[in-house]
Amino acid sequence: MNEYVLIVLSAIFINNFIVARFLGICPFLGVSKQVETATGMGMAVTFVMALASGITYWLQKVLVKFDIEFLRTITFILVIAVLVQFVEMVIKKSSPVLYQALGIYLPLITTNCAVLGVTILNVDENYNFLQSVVNGIGGALGFSLLLILFAGIRERLAFAPLPKAMEGIPIALITAGLISMAFLGFSGFDLAALLGL
Amino acid sequence: MEAGSISVILYGVAVLLVLGAAFGLGLAVASRKLAVESDPRIDEIEELLPGANCGGCGYPGCRGLAEAIVAGEAPVTGCPVMKDHAPIAAVMGVENTAAERKIAKVRCAGGLKEAAQRFIYIGVEDCAAAQNLGGGAKACTFGCLGLGSCVKVCPFGAMKMSENGLPVVDEEKCTGCGLCVKACPRQIITLWPVEKKVTVLCMNTDKGAAVRPVCKVGCIGCRLCSKNCPTEAIPVENNLARIIPELCINCEVCVEKCPMKTIKGEKKQESAAG
Repeated sequence: MNEYVLIVLSAIFINNFIVARFLGICPFLGVSKQVETATGMGMAVTFVMALASGITYWLQKVLVKFDIEFLRTITFILVIAVLVQFVEMVIKKSSPVLYQALGIYLPLITTNCAVLGVTILNVDENYNFLQSVVNGIGGALGFSLLLILFAGIRERLAFAPLPKAMEGIPIALITAGLISMAFLGFSGFDLAALLGL
Repeated sequence: MEAGSISVILYGVAVLLVLGAAFGLGLAVASRKLAVESDPRIDEIEELLPGANCGGCGYPGCRGLAEAIVAGEAPVTGCPVMKDHAPIAAVMGVENTAAERKIAKVRCAGGLKEAAQRFIYIGVEDCAAAQNLGGGAKACTFGCLGLGSCVKVCPFGAMKMSENGLPVVDEEKCTGCGLCVKACPRQIITLWPVEKKVTVLCMNTDKGAAVRPVCKVGCIGCRLCSKNCPTEAIPVENNLARIIPELCINCEVCVEKCPMKTIKGEKKQESAAG
């Protein structure tokens, strides 16, 4: 059990996909203008990442069995694309408003490197099925956390008195850099020792 | 070729095929289950609309108007381009409340011959650009700039510039989409009921003494039209006569009375346009 707590915590804080691994920056900057859409995006990515981690674990077994591991990227992307399509259908059906708000960034989860990243990292780390899924959920939670944090800050920034040249993307990028540095502080923690494991 | 490499290809193809087929089937089922039901009338009405996506109705494209009509937000006559709205009314099952057809009317008669010029404008062939450059070359700061931004924006080819430097509207081709109205930086063009033939072709609100030197056909606010109009359809405000189309009966008394020949009826306007 402790092992899974470790995986989740390290995926959220220490090896955060956005600020430590620099994956998934595109939606991080693209869908972080409103907390509401950021939350929706986070949920969609969490769903895709968790399922993709699970499915690709078995897929990797198949690839290894037939000795065709070189097909890893294309098959993983296929899995992710199918999941994204499915999520898109669900969101279109259940929440047209969220569908409109996410816009192009929803199908772009397909090429979200964080999703492909987590599946390939699972393979590289030799995680078992449960560990893979937990790592996927943890990574997605870290992604969502940052996305929502950042959206909250940007919502306030929209009303802040800024120099004209700083408005919009420039101040967003500076903010992102500051958040990244703040998260760098977590890298010093020895989680295992901290939790007494 | 080694046997091993062939098996790699075969396995690779087989795995991708199986994966593709399984996922494709799954998605096909999901798309059936999760299909978003949209009102079939939206598609029907969109078919009936012109499909030019001109935006003259105020909605984002023909699809937008179709959705608004079905939602009851827009009237079935919402499309200003269509001449007959009966098919849409039939789809919606309501009565076709025929809106009168409107066309663009250029309310300025001061072309190169009639209006004085302050300087020679050599620059971008665009009315807004000329307007920003000291208010344009024409001495009258209300009249047509004559660079044809309205003509360029017309998606139906219903406007052209006359030799006199004024835009002329082809009444047959004009659909009343209103794009030229928005394009004109001086708001000279208005949408006018096609049945009402008489218009005051001037926008100048200066006093008569100021209008006379800059334009031979500008409204001087003399109120002759207003006094002679049998239906009191021409109030004069801010030194400018204005016809209320709802009250006008096309009698053209004002056209005869106007000392500046600013008000034009059907016959007069044709000769001016030619």
